[in-house]
Amino acid sequence: MSLARAIEIGDLAELPSRRDEDWRWSDLRALIRELPAKSRAYAGAPAPGLFEHLAQTKIAIMNGRLPEPVPRPGVSGVLALRIIAQGDGAHAAHLGPIDVGGARLVLLETYEGDGDHVSELDLSFVVGAGGSLERIVLCDEPAGAVSVSHAEVSLAPGARFSQTVIAAGAKRQRIETRVSHPGGGAAVRLDGLYLVGGRRHADLTTVVTHTGIGGITDQLAKGVVSDQGRGVFQGRIIVAAGADRTDARMGHHALVLSDRAEVDAKPELEIFADDVACAHANTVGALDEDALFYAAQRGIPEPQARSLLTQAFVGEVIDRIEHAGAREIIRAWVAERLLPSSRAGEGAGGTDG
Amino acid sequence: MSPMLWIDNLHVCVDGKPILKGLSLELPAGEVHAVMGPNGAGKSTLSYVLAGRSGYEVTQGAVAFEGEDLLALSPSERAARGIFLSFQYPIEIPGVPGLTFLRTALNAQRKARGEPEVAAPQFLKAIREQAAALKIDFEMLRRALNVGFSGGEKKRMEILQMAVLTPRFAILDETDSGLDIDALRIVAAGVEAMRSPQRSMLVITHYQRLLDHIVPDRVHVLSAGRIVASGGPELARRLEREGYDSYAGEPA
Repeated sequence: MSLARAIEIGDLAELPSRRDEDWRWSDLRALIRELPAKSRAYAGAPAPGLFEHLAQTKIAIMNGRLPEPVPRPGVSGVLALRIIAQGDGAHAAHLGPIDVGGARLVLLETYEGDGDHVSELDLSFVVGAGGSLERIVLCDEPAGAVSVSHAEVSLAPGARFSQTVIAAGAKRQRIETRVSHPGGGAAVRLDGLYLVGGRRHADLTTVVTHTGIGGITDQLAKGVVSDQGRGVFQGRIIVAAGADRTDARMGHHALVLSDRAEVDAKPELEIFADDVACAHANTVGALDEDALFYAAQRGIPEPQARSLLTQAFVGEVIDRIEHAGAREIIRAWVAERLLPSSRAGEGAGGTDG
Repeated sequence: MSPMLWIDNLHVCVDGKPILKGLSLELPAGEVHAVMGPNGAGKSTLSYVLAGRSGYEVTQGAVAFEGEDLLALSPSERAARGIFLSFQYPIEIPGVPGLTFLRTALNAQRKARGEPEVAAPQFLKAIREQAAALKIDFEMLRRALNVGFSGGEKKRMEILQMAVLTPRFAILDETDSGLDIDALRIVAAGVEAMRSPQRSMLVITHYQRLLDHIVPDRVHVLSAGRIVASGGPELARRLEREGYDSYAGEPA
């Protein structure tokens, strides 16, 4: 069952629902009463993307259509992958496997467009020994969209995979990443940040399965929710029998800026091996009133102080992005959303109705 | 001439409990006054209510700052008017470097006063000099403000902020607490350097030792929410000798 399958065969019964434990907080069955018609071909040419000037290779998937011929993405350098939607239709696409082998690839992936579309993209990646993939995902979609991104990542021993997802939410927006982690010196960083306001919903779901000895996973997810926004974090790390000496750390921290905003978090560590170092921390809270008063006493008006402290809160996630060019673009993009005049909420939810 | 700060019959409740019970005080421009008193007398309540912290309910009385109703202003508006509180326990600000915080504060105050912002090079030059005078390693200013700082470092950082923000009126709340004698000298010298005919200060302290370094024009004794005695600097020395016991029984 998946949104892609439901779109493909036009059957609502294929939609994931709350009966699936993994979709409990992002039920699509209850949300989508009727599937829209399939999206038409994208009309016109999209404006330049946020990251395109940083990339040697560019791929645009427009209304679920891959370019013809289907590109074989270069396995090294910087690849800009744009997923662009237009209109109120439904579409789904699949790209992959993108095989990085032993090379080094930076993937700058953006979800963008207009209209109340319903869409899914499925991606798959393979990273070989000595190879590295840094995947940076920015989801900046319309408030009325329903969007699912699903990625399967398969690593060889000695591979590196780093990911940062920045999600502004949509009517439903889910970014799901599943990593097969063989250990043997392979290292994973799996970060995320959701900034949801208006009536938006963002869902960061990750599953890492450690199957071999000595794997490292480091995860830091943060969220800022305001207005009636809802953030969902589901992080599962499985350490299979025999995956001894696994070092897995997970942190999820959310700021709730309004009484009507909601955060649902489920950090899970399932450990079947011995001699592992696993830890998780999970906090949900408001801005520190003492810090706000301290800033105000120094002359920083409260809305500006809130913005400053919120930016500081999310800064830790942004600082961990390795690609400097992308990091600074994201820092500016996030700062813009957290401005006093357009807090995470109002900025993200301007067109909500 | 009217005083810079004028407090008349101030009554303040915290959580419904009366803490200040008719406090009156006048602080002329250019003077340094000390407020001394035993624990629980209301010293910190006085500093917080002047700075505008929420949770401090004024039930009676008035406070004017340069003729303006201070209690009607928000904390940041008071700061822009030139009121500075050196906190007894400075707050940690994770993720915000000291430089960023201080420059944001300075420019927010200037903006509120209709003054132009201070450019980065000018700001850095000024803060470098002030930090050196207070023996603060400049690298510390690149770190998140107060996070992981020792008690003495936090207090020096408070005085640095005061030096950069150049307030008209500074409240030093137990600035000597947690300082060893060397740090106390550095901090006191920093405060002394800021004494001017245009600037007033209220030095709130339990002990007299800070007042050996910052000699006040007047000393007030705060007990059970009221000023029960006022005098010259010699009053502080008498309190040090005799303690606060003789004031404990003063009628409220």
